[in-house]
Amino acid sequence: MSVCLERVSMVSIGESIISDVSLTVERGVMNVLLGPTLAGKTTLMRLMAGLDKPTSGRVLVDGTDATGIPVRERSVAMVYQQFMNYPSLSVYENIASPLRVAKLKSDEIDRRVRTAARLLGLESLLDRMPHQLSGGQQQRTAIARAIVKGADLVLLDEPLANLDYKLREELREELPSILREAGAIVVYATAEPLEALLLGGVTATLSKGRVIQCGPASQLYRRPEHIESARVFSDPPLNEITATKRNDLLRLSENLIVQAVGILAKVPDGIYTLGFRGDMARLDAPWQDSVSLPGRVTLAEISGSESFVHVETALGTFVCVERGVSMRQPDQSAVLHVDAARVFVFDRTTGLPVVVKPDS
Amino acid sequence: MEKSLNNRAWLMVMPVFVLVLFSALLPMMTVVNYSVQDSMGQNNFFWNGDAWFRDLLNPATEIGARFQNALFKNLSFSLVALLIEVPLGIAIALCLPRSGWAVGPLLVVIALPMLIPWNVVGTIWQIFSRADIGLFGAALTGLGIPYNATQGAVSAWCTIVVIDVWHWTPLVILLTYAGLRAIPDAFYQAARIDAASRWATFVNIELPKLQKVLVIVVLLRFMQTFMIYTEPFVVTGGGPGSATTFLSIDLVKIALGQVDLGSAAAMSLVYNLITLTLCWIFFTIMMQLDRRRYA
Amino acid sequence: MARITLEGIAHTYDVRSANAALKRLDHVWEQGRAYALLGPSGCGKTTLLNIISGLITPSEGRVLFDGKDVTQLPTEQRNIAQVFQFPVIYDTMSVGENLAFPLKNRGMDRRAIKSRVAEIADLLGLTEELSRRARGLTAEAKQKVSLGRGLVRADVAAILLDEPLTVIDPSLKWELRSKLKAVHRALNLLMIYVTHDQVEALTFADEVVVMKDGSVLQVATPARLFEQPEHTFVGYFIGSPGMNLVAADVEGHVARVAGHAIELGAHYPKVPAGSAVLGFRPDYASVVPNGGVPVQIRRLEDLGRRRLARVALGPHEIFATVPHGVPIDGAEAGLTIRQDRLFVYVNDELVPGDRR
Repeated sequence: MSVCLERVSMVSIGESIISDVSLTVERGVMNVLLGPTLAGKTTLMRLMAGLDKPTSGRVLVDGTDATGIPVRERSVAMVYQQFMNYPSLSVYENIASPLRVAKLKSDEIDRRVRTAARLLGLESLLDRMPHQLSGGQQQRTAIARAIVKGADLVLLDEPLANLDYKLREELREELPSILREAGAIVVYATAEPLEALLLGGVTATLSKGRVIQCGPASQLYRRPEHIESARVFSDPPLNEITATKRNDLLRLSENLIVQAVGILAKVPDGIYTLGFRGDMARLDAPWQDSVSLPGRVTLAEISGSESFVHVETALGTFVCVERGVSMRQPDQSAVLHVDAARVFVFDRTTGLPVVVKPDS
Repeated sequence: MEKSLNNRAWLMVMPVFVLVLFSALLPMMTVVNYSVQDSMGQNNFFWNGDAWFRDLLNPATEIGARFQNALFKNLSFSLVALLIEVPLGIAIALCLPRSGWAVGPLLVVIALPMLIPWNVVGTIWQIFSRADIGLFGAALTGLGIPYNATQGAVSAWCTIVVIDVWHWTPLVILLTYAGLRAIPDAFYQAARIDAASRWATFVNIELPKLQKVLVIVVLLRFMQTFMIYTEPFVVTGGGPGSATTFLSIDLVKIALGQVDLGSAAAMSLVYNLITLTLCWIFFTIMMQLDRRRYA
Repeated sequence: MARITLEGIAHTYDVRSANAALKRLDHVWEQGRAYALLGPSGCGKTTLLNIISGLITPSEGRVLFDGKDVTQLPTEQRNIAQVFQFPVIYDTMSVGENLAFPLKNRGMDRRAIKSRVAEIADLLGLTEELSRRARGLTAEAKQKVSLGRGLVRADVAAILLDEPLTVIDPSLKWELRSKLKAVHRALNLLMIYVTHDQVEALTFADEVVVMKDGSVLQVATPARLFEQPEHTFVGYFIGSPGMNLVAADVEGHVARVAGHAIELGAHYPKVPAGSAVLGFRPDYASVVPNGGVPVQIRRLEDLGRRRLARVALGPHEIFATVPHGVPIDGAEAGLTIRQDRLFVYVNDELVPGDRR
């Protein structure tokens, strides 16, 4: 079973929302659409579902052209960011609603509702009303309603974004196995790279209405095929430095010239954008091959297991990741050491990677 | 979100179109017809072009003078009524409690004047304003104020204003109250923390947040006062003399009393156009305010 | 400047119900420090903030500002400033007028107002916007103005912030967090920040008050909360993923989990069966190919900069870190835990062992 978007474009109110996207999603694997807000994730899902018609291109379901077919005639279920439940129906009735519309027999409805409720951990809450539930429980109800239908295509549009981070963690743990049980084609949109990595499966990075790269999540993370893909797949945001290489030397700015070491020693002369993620830089000690930039700490964002330290240098403010609770205080001076063995090198004009080294 | 186009929806709207056609458009067309014709006796019509209109807008002619007079009365009435009703309504709305058991009953009592049929309002005040048996009239004459609603021009005018204020300030109160209730508590708390005086709170928080509501209130009240008919008709009959002869009353006099269909038709069209123009101006202002707000 | 003391404070919204919104607590908020009230929805943090600010009068107890009893005083007489979840600004005024408003109402002279407004605007990065109408600003700028209005009053006792970053775009939150810290360092004010987000609390505060169901569970620095949680909920709530909590039989130096013995870092008295829980963070538990406690691998998670493993020790599911460069294949592996980061909890509370 597969849904395929073939060279699909969507123009609305004069603005191009989706440009020339070709994407196939299949059963048996988690399909993740990763991109910032307004990248086009929701629009793509709506096109797959049949809620909108593309301006050009085709939508194929199992090989047959389904482009004009409205969503009511397709087998689709959708879960939204804002937990959408019928406020006047109990949890049981909420989950049962698509089955009642399909006019199934009561005992069949009961069986299916209870199976879905068990899967989502809602068995004890079947009599409650949505407003009596916590955010996480409401979203579980919405997900149960989506899977009970047995639809062929289940779309989840940033379903965890409105939950407290702890509830988000919990639900994210359970989702892959729950959705696997549902046996449908699952498409999951998110703006967080961490979620894409946690869910695994096939990820497509989106930016400004285009699919930049598509493949297994770890692979996309380690081998970006374009700087835009690296940008989308980085949290904290990708740190970038423009560098000109000539004769073993790297000019980083008007006054800053360093030795080209690590990967940088192996690229030909030219102008590049160096991209490095937060974990490719550190403050304590240099790497075996380092590019070192003196600077000043402006903020340490602490999340417990790791900290994002913002460092202001002559080339701009960069974010590096430290393990544990960082003791850095604002206005402390520090030296940022960038691991020259792991940094990404992109061509300045095309954005394509020049030399990509596999992660160790 | 774009909903898919469903042409069957037009069929459902058809009956309304037909009704509007019969009850509004066709009669309107008849009026236009009359306004460009003249008749020399029963059912004998000939083309008159824009003669009625030119007469109407020429203050030198009798009909022109009447029209100007009535128009002036309408505009000044609307202005005075608005100037009294809007601040009074806001002031009362500010005094109403924000929550509690008293709110419901209070709102009902306030709304009562609006629920009375308009000609009954007129009748109530007709009696109420009589110096002999009416409380209002008796009280005023008792205080030594020379008051006679049916014979004094100033008295008649003031009485109509008072009736309108009594009848319609509740609308201002209710709409303003709803607007005030929509202001989140946090703004009042912030004002208290900033040690703002009551007046400063009103000017800086409540008034700006009421802007949209107030535009609607002023628009509604202006339209209603501009088209006033029933109350002056019942209470003063347009008199004494032409003290309270508003456009609507004059129109009826000319059309039905004098059976001067041509003039009346022309007048009603111009009246309609003025109303529409003012409506459009208000609407544009409202849209501009909206756009500026989200700039 | 003030130190705020809470003496025997408790609060119930509904007198008839047994559930107190805030259970009895005593706490001193020291002048010049930054605190965060952290906890899930419904834990009582906003109630506590409102008691301090004066929006709520507590059912029991007293609130003291510098020793003076202010429990019955309304908000405007307590000399505090509050920043709400959504920006509260005066639409019709410019940014400069907004900032000047509290000072004007208190009768300060014009030149003093002007210089103070300029000072605060500079601190918050609003100098260029001073003459702009407040209505047209971005959400971040509006929140800065809201904050600024509280800061202009030099004698303000404390700044209370109620989830102020709620309406801010996620990619811009760091900027405002940075500004809040800068403000704190520059003005040395007592600041109390309510949030349900651990990143905000740990980034902003010198000390975090973790709350749940109306009770204060622990008050400590961010580092200490992470390294030594005194309550199982604190261990679970802070850290992503949270602490592993595994039922164990504890006696002496050893904890037994699912038949396996784990060496503890201290000596514990015998704990009745079924009461003890062993707590350790995934950050300090490693999966190794050989040795350690035998576990089954359920799932490997590649998070880019680190790898996590979900393993099973008997019936218990545990999260652990897979160290860099360690190849894990097959379904069996070993688990090692840093001894000094192993904690024992009885009835959810930390039991300090005897570290001889």
